[in-house]
Parts: sequence; structure tokens; C-alpha cells
Amino acid sequence: MITAEEIWFTYPDGPTALRGVSLRIRDRELVAIMGENGAGKTTLVKHFNGLLRPQEGSVTVDGLNTLQVSVAELARKVGYVFQNADHQLFSETVYSEVAFALNNFGYPEKETRRRVQQVLRLLDLEKYRNSSPFSLSGGERKRVALASTLCFDPEIIVLDEPTIGQDGSQKKKLGELIHSFNLEGKTVIVVTHDVEFAAEYAQRIVAMARGRIIADGPSKKVLTNPKILEECALLAPQATQLAQRISERVKGFPTELVSVEEVASAIREFLGG
Amino acid sequence: MPATVRVENLTFTYAGARRPAIKNTNLEIMEGEYIVITGPTGCGKTTLCRCLNGLIPHFHQGKMTGKVIVNGVDTYKTKVSDLSQTVGFIFQDPENQLVALNVERELAFAPENLGLPREEIRTRVEEAMEMVGIEELRYKAPYELSGGEQQRVAIAAVLTLKPKILVLDEPTSNLDPVSARRIVTLLARINRDHGMTIILVEHRLDLVASYSNKVVVMNNGEIVVEGEPRVALSSDYVEELGVGIPKILKLFKELQIDRSKHAFPLTPEEAVNILT
Repeated sequence: MITAEEIWFTYPDGPTALRGVSLRIRDRELVAIMGENGAGKTTLVKHFNGLLRPQEGSVTVDGLNTLQVSVAELARKVGYVFQNADHQLFSETVYSEVAFALNNFGYPEKETRRRVQQVLRLLDLEKYRNSSPFSLSGGERKRVALASTLCFDPEIIVLDEPTIGQDGSQKKKLGELIHSFNLEGKTVIVVTHDVEFAAEYAQRIVAMARGRIIADGPSKKVLTNPKILEECALLAPQATQLAQRISERVKGFPTELVSVEEVASAIREFLGG
Repeated sequence: MPATVRVENLTFTYAGARRPAIKNTNLEIMEGEYIVITGPTGCGKTTLCRCLNGLIPHFHQGKMTGKVIVNGVDTYKTKVSDLSQTVGFIFQDPENQLVALNVERELAFAPENLGLPREEIRTRVEEAMEMVGIEELRYKAPYELSGGEQQRVAIAAVLTLKPKILVLDEPTSNLDPVSARRIVTLLARINRDHGMTIILVEHRLDLVASYSNKVVVMNNGEIVVEGEPRVALSSDYVEELGVGIPKILKLFKELQIDRSKHAFPLTPEEAVNILT
């Protein structure tokens, strides 16, 4: 479990990025943290693996106060995949990039090979095994960064804007992957401004603006609330927008719907289409 | 209407690559069109863009056959700096594009480099600021701007060169939905009011498809589908390629509405009028 209590954070010579954020994320949750550019989403999740420490307030991960444990200790528990893969990648080949953490954690060579192989297959990167990460496309580099985190099997996985630069089928694959980690019992935290992705895969949405949490609840409640969306510079999912427009013309048509399937079945019910 | 871009039998292989990134591609873009180019990662869409502004073959090494004619000139025989006055290029990450200390200086940078007279520079900077709506950002430094503002400044900076064609490679992918929509509607306005040709590479078709008059879908270095967005994106083939089709269109497929009666809609606005 991750608990943040009244945390404040200001970057040196920069803006105050977090203004009293309190949040609890239980084990096995699948949470999306959303909001406009500069809302404080990345700053918040960097507190979960100790990359940043709160200047006021506290963050505990499985009962450990992040001020009292090393990043190395937290890193094994909380895998953080950066938004910009280039901030994370440095090795000469995809294989050595992914194997790096495992070598660091002291895994035997044979186990390292097995795990790297497995994760490269999972993320459709086998063909790039001996390529330089920097010769790959932006979307592919992001998958390499994800692979290098997944391979050490952290209990909590934080993904910062994983859908940027991914095409439709990779997005779908990514969503299914996140879903399956969650089913395996992992906690998954996704920072994203991709409302369609969040609507499809996240159970809970934390919406932020200007360093504060504006709303926290089930995606059906948060992504269908025009006031919250406006404050956080988000747009409702397209299916929700359609439901809301139909409801202006058809009495009783439900509006708290986020998925294509839900809206389709409401249309069949109300409009007989 | 004359074709402003003509790509003829274009094949390009990056130095060191085994297979071409683009092969046997033909494409004609008319003046004033708003084109969206999409397709799965690695399909060749960024490479195609680089061919339009001469970065290929002049900057990226490789083997090129075929022809690219932009505004009547052959890109193979024209310098990138000359082409930059015809084709403006916007990248995914505007931070890589902004160099000056404040927005006004940023906008003056390119026309100064062309050696234009002072008055002309001033006029161009003012016009570009007005077109993009960033007058209030005039004295701000790039690092004081949000991602969406940076992208608008990058667009304005390119507009000071008065290009006929604007090529944008996933300009909204780092932006939140509201900032992204603002960029997309800005492009639609520039297209409508100034007749500028827009060529937009995007995965986020939910956001952009309805503004375009043509969608070009690429796969494995080739153009595989080309047409009016409602028609092109309705094909099951396009969805199977892994293109993220707009959710509204997906919903209509799910409802199994007779396609012969209505073209599939791309936006909630279009959809509600068909349904009710």
C-alpha cells in the first residue's frame, strides 16, 4: 500500500508542484492519475519510489517511510517507467539495457537471460535484442524502458504516459498487459492524459490540477463529470460525449457511461437501433 | 487545383538498413488540403514527412529513388534551407525546436536568418503571433510556457517563414486533451482562413480525423488506404492493421448500423444527428 499524507513539493527555483496531496493506493489497485500538463502528476509518482522526497508531509510504501529508506531499496518494490524513455536508456544494446537492473540486483546469469528473453517476447522486442535502443522509434524505446522495469518483477508498477507514440494495436496490447499484471496481484499506477485509454482500463481515476487532487473515484464518476474534466483540462471519452448529447434529446438516457460497449447497449435499449 | 506535393515512385532505404522505410510510394496532395497520415509504428510515416521537407535525402543518409516535387521544385535538387520557406516542419517535442530567450525573439529568429529587412521581420512576427493567438506570451521565456503553449510558439515560429505547406509529426502527443484540441482546431483555422496545406501525422484519430479532408493510411512503407476519413477509417482492414480508429466509429460498427444509409460518423456531434 502507498500512503501519501499532505505532501508538498517545490522544485529548486521552480514552481510548487504539489500543494498538500493526500492519497492512498491499496494493493492490487489499478489507478490512473490524470490532469493537465504541469498538474503535478509526475512529481507525485516520483515520490512513490523515492526519486523525490516530500518537503512536507510523508509518503509510506508498505509501511516504509520513504525518508528513511534508500532509493535502491524502494526501486525493487516500486518499478518506475519514465515518460521520456531517453532519460532512462543508456546501454549499447536492448539486451544489456534490460539485463542491467537484474545484474545490479545480483541475479545469476542464467536467470537474467531467462527473464530478459521472456520480457522481450512479451513486449514484442525480440527482433531488436542486439540493436541499440537509440536506433529504435520513440514508441519502441518506450517499450524497452518498460521491459527493463518489468524484468525484475516489482510489486508496484508506475507507468508515466505509456501510450504516447503508441499506435492503436500497441495501445491495446499495453492495456491488456497492464490488466494482466493487475490480475496477477500487482498494483499498477498509470500517469496519463489519454482519456480513452483510462476509460477502458482504469478502475479508479485520480484527477489533478495545479498541484492538488481535484477528484478521486471510479472512472465512471470522474470521467463523466464536466466540472472535474474542465478543471483538469481533460475531455470526456468520445462514447461519454455521445451519451451526454443523446441524453439532451432522449429523456432518461444514462450519461455515466465511459465505454463503447456500455453506450452501444444503452443505444439499443433506448433507441432500438 | 494544382498538386502542391507530388510523390512519384518513391523508395528510400536508410543507410545501414536492410529494408526500405518507404517503397514505391505515390501521393498527390492538392493545395489547401488537410491530410492526416496514420498507420502502425514503423510504417514509414515519419520518413515520408522527412522526404517532403528535404531532410531526406539531404540530412538523413540513405538510398533514394523516385521523385518528390514540392511546390514545383524537386527536393533532390533543392537545399533544405530553401525548402524551409515552402514547407514548415513541426516536431513532436517543441522543446527541441525552441532556441531563443523569449517568444518574440524566437519568432524573429528565422526571418532574421533569411536576412529580411527589419520592417518585414516585425510584420511577420506580428502576423504569426496573431494567427496563432500568442500575443500574451510575447515576453515569456520558453521554460515558462506549458507544453501546449510551447507547441503554439513552435508553430508560430514556422509561420514567420510564410510556408505554403505545414507538416506536423505527432504535434499533440505530449499534450493534455484540451491543449491538444486547441492545436488541432488552430490548424483547422489556419487551413480554412489562409488556405495553407496541412499534412499531419497522428495516431490520435479521435482528435484529428474529423478536421481532415483525406486520411492516408500507411503500412510497411506503403500507402495502403487513402480517402475521405469517414470512408477510409470505416474499413475493417484499417482496424486490423492496428490503427486506433475513433471510438465513435467503433461504436457504430458495434451497433451494426447499415453503412449504405449513413457514412459512419467521426464525432459525437455527427453521431447524435444520425441516431436521434
